[in-house]
Amino acid sequence: MAQFRVCPDSGFYFDKSAESLMKVNAVAGAVSLLIAGVLALGVILTRWQEVHLLPADLFYQVLTGHGINALIFWIIFFEIAILYFASSTLLRTRLAAPRWAWLGFILMVVGAVMNNVAVFQGNSSVMMTSYAPMQAEPHFYLGLILFAVGALIATFVFFGTLVIAKDDQTYQGSVPLVTFGALTAAIIAVFTIACGAIILVPTFLWSIGYINHIDAEMYRIIWWGLGHSSQQINVAAHVSVWYLLAGILFGARPMSEKVSRSAFLLYIFFLQLACAHHILVDPGISAEWKVFNTSYAMYLAVLASLIHGLTVPGAVEVAQREKGLTKGLFEWLRKAPWGNPVFSGFFFSLVIFGFIGGITGVVMGTEQINLIIHNTIYVPAHFHATVAVGTTLAFMALTYLLIPVLFRRALFLPWMAKWQPYVFSAGMTIMILFLLGAGTLGVSRRHWDMEFTGAALSFEYPGTAYMMMAVGAIGGVLGVLGGAMYLIVTVGSLVFGKKLEASAGLLQSFGVPLSSGVYNVAQPEQLPMAPKLAVEQHGSGGFEAPGTFVLAMALLVCFVVYYFINWDYLASVWPIS
Amino acid sequence: MTSYLPPSERIWWKVPVGKQEIIWIGIALVWCLIMFFMMPYWHVFGKQNLSNEAYQTTPAKFQARVDEMVAKYQVGEEAGIPIVKPPVGSDVYLLGRLWQWYPILELEKDKSYRIHISSMDWQHGFSLQPVNINLQIVPGYEMVVTMTPDQAGDYAIVCNEYCGIGHHSMLGKIYVKEN
Amino acid sequence: MPQEDNVPKPERIPFFQRMLDNPFLLLFIGVAMPTVFYILWGIMEIATIPVAE
Ligand code: HEM
Ligand SMILES: [Cu+2]
Ligand SMILES: [Cu+2]
Repeated sequence: MAQFRVCPDSGFYFDKSAESLMKVNAVAGAVSLLIAGVLALGVILTRWQEVHLLPADLFYQVLTGHGINALIFWIIFFEIAILYFASSTLLRTRLAAPRWAWLGFILMVVGAVMNNVAVFQGNSSVMMTSYAPMQAEPHFYLGLILFAVGALIATFVFFGTLVIAKDDQTYQGSVPLVTFGALTAAIIAVFTIACGAIILVPTFLWSIGYINHIDAEMYRIIWWGLGHSSQQINVAAHVSVWYLLAGILFGARPMSEKVSRSAFLLYIFFLQLACAHHILVDPGISAEWKVFNTSYAMYLAVLASLIHGLTVPGAVEVAQREKGLTKGLFEWLRKAPWGNPVFSGFFFSLVIFGFIGGITGVVMGTEQINLIIHNTIYVPAHFHATVAVGTTLAFMALTYLLIPVLFRRALFLPWMAKWQPYVFSAGMTIMILFLLGAGTLGVSRRHWDMEFTGAALSFEYPGTAYMMMAVGAIGGVLGVLGGAMYLIVTVGSLVFGKKLEASAGLLQSFGVPLSSGVYNVAQPEQLPMAPKLAVEQHGSGGFEAPGTFVLAMALLVCFVVYYFINWDYLASVWPIS
Repeated sequence: MTSYLPPSERIWWKVPVGKQEIIWIGIALVWCLIMFFMMPYWHVFGKQNLSNEAYQTTPAKFQARVDEMVAKYQVGEEAGIPIVKPPVGSDVYLLGRLWQWYPILELEKDKSYRIHISSMDWQHGFSLQPVNINLQIVPGYEMVVTMTPDQAGDYAIVCNEYCGIGHHSMLGKIYVKEN
Repeated sequence: MPQEDNVPKPERIPFFQRMLDNPFLLLFIGVAMPTVFYILWGIMEIATIPVAE
């Protein structure tokens, strides 16, 4: 029989078995982030040419470990916790098949450990992409396969939980928007993991000698079905987290259910086509395939992101205006709780993802523009804006909420938590902007030595490129510090944080709701529908959220200008056809 | 308190959408279409486009092509690598292998060459610097790119796909001469 | 619910809303789209690359 406890402030019901699973997955994610963060320091201090910390073999090994732990293990463990939260907790239902969920978790842990062992042993420095025909040890691939199987089981537990909630009628009408966003993420996860299986299983068999040839181009196409789609899981997941945090922090409602859900639907239809971003300068692929896929069929998934970019902050603005913060365009934003890391983390994640990650992503995913960007350090700079700030920081912000609500602990060192999003965002933004610059000057990614020591021939990058790598590295070190602050707060809270027995008002200064620890509910009441809104107009000229509209237009202007600057740059290189 | 609660209206699909969102969706859609049509536009009017001309090949076959060209048109040697000056407009063969680009090419400014590139072993990245043209070089596939160097000078080919421990030392050269 | 005296049956849910409420239909679409356009078409592209003489 399922047992629930209810959180007195947020009204969330936690199913006991779902709760433990959320906890272990979140913790496993944090451990992966710790490994990734330590390795990040090695990576960035080596790419800072004047420091050049690690020898070549160690650098490539550390970079492989950094990429896999950060991008795959940290994010996917955390996403599984989010899937369980968005299904079981938000729908007030028991988790489907908790034993399977545990099995999935164990497989993921075993897989992650196995893969890390392979990387640390040193014969699998193949980068996370492990492009055939370069070969890693068999347990490198086997670890990834086990991890993927575990994640697939978890995804099906999520689907099963949706079915149970519907059958038990724990809610009326449609699932909440946040759950719908999580569903989008889960759908993308299924395709992602299927691609992973299709390519990694034969690759594993090849590594143990059962298959003697893996076609390198076939590998690239299918591997990116895994590699890029997993980033799309992140997008869907962190957009859902944004909506969730906007709701919890401000009581924000979606400006329009129809618009927000349709935007998620566009993701389901088109987002995954963009795996083609990685194949734009490959041999033999037609322009039709490239243009159709790289543009998500006419940029319809970009349209969806632009919609969320308006409706997420717009929802916050509307909610703030309803509370009377109506002065001017931006009083709602100025008077937002900037000292609350749940808010600042959420907001920086949104802004940096949109302004930097989104714009650079679309620009470099343009078929021809990719010619001047592919495999330069511009690429890691872009995806640190999307996953390392967009996704990671959104998850960090959510963690500050989960520590009291899910783990029922008081935050350890709240002042550190308060500054963490600032330090992390500032550091990462500096790193990202300067590495974008270095990439524009042609500096390669995954490259140990921009001086080409030991090469028979020679080439020198301009001094500016060195300067940009150095400043970027300083930003990166600051970013690692911000990551460390997150882990100190999180681990500290779990180990030393005051246990919260009931709603104790300890964290009210952060506006974080508190949980009770008594599992005394067998069947929660049916989830209420959102209260109806007495239609009111707060904004000017029929605009509910004029400040957000101005921000959105600013984004668009940056986008258009930067987009055409890059065409102009492309036009200046050698004609090729 | 509503983004994580079921929608307040049973039939939320029919709740009218605000003016602001409609305007934004309209603007965004127009921008998306502009970006989409820029790509075919560039195929017609732009000068930097890849064709999909490519062949399935093998390292041995491709090596034979390269050797044949080197034997015919070698004009010098640098650091043990032959410098080759192929005829204007001809098919030029360039291979990537652990860890060098072979051979060194000497081209004439403003003339077009059909450059065939392939890898003998792992994947490599063709990154022409400081022009900054980047291509993925995949073993088993021979990619054909027509290039028209429009400035004289010394250019380097940096390998920008990780290809093992010597990756950072994999440099090639293209010399572009005034004619 | 409207206060008027008519509408004995609740109004039918529009097609799009029903589609958005059906997770397994969405799952099918979400897997089919990239499988067809990205994977299958992509594999066709590679498979049709001619062999060098
Ligand atoms: C905390 C501070 C971080 C720093 C300073 C940092 C730094 C870097 C740098 C400089 C590179 C590029 C190295 C190269 O290509 O030569 C890199 C690669 C990468 N980073 Fe980070 N990173 C950080 C956090 C993260 C996070 C949070 C994520 C993901 C969630 C992440 C994911 C990746 C991935 C996937 C790669 C690509 C690895 C590859 O090329 O195979 N990083 N990182
Ligand atoms: Cu190489
Ligand atoms: Cu290389």
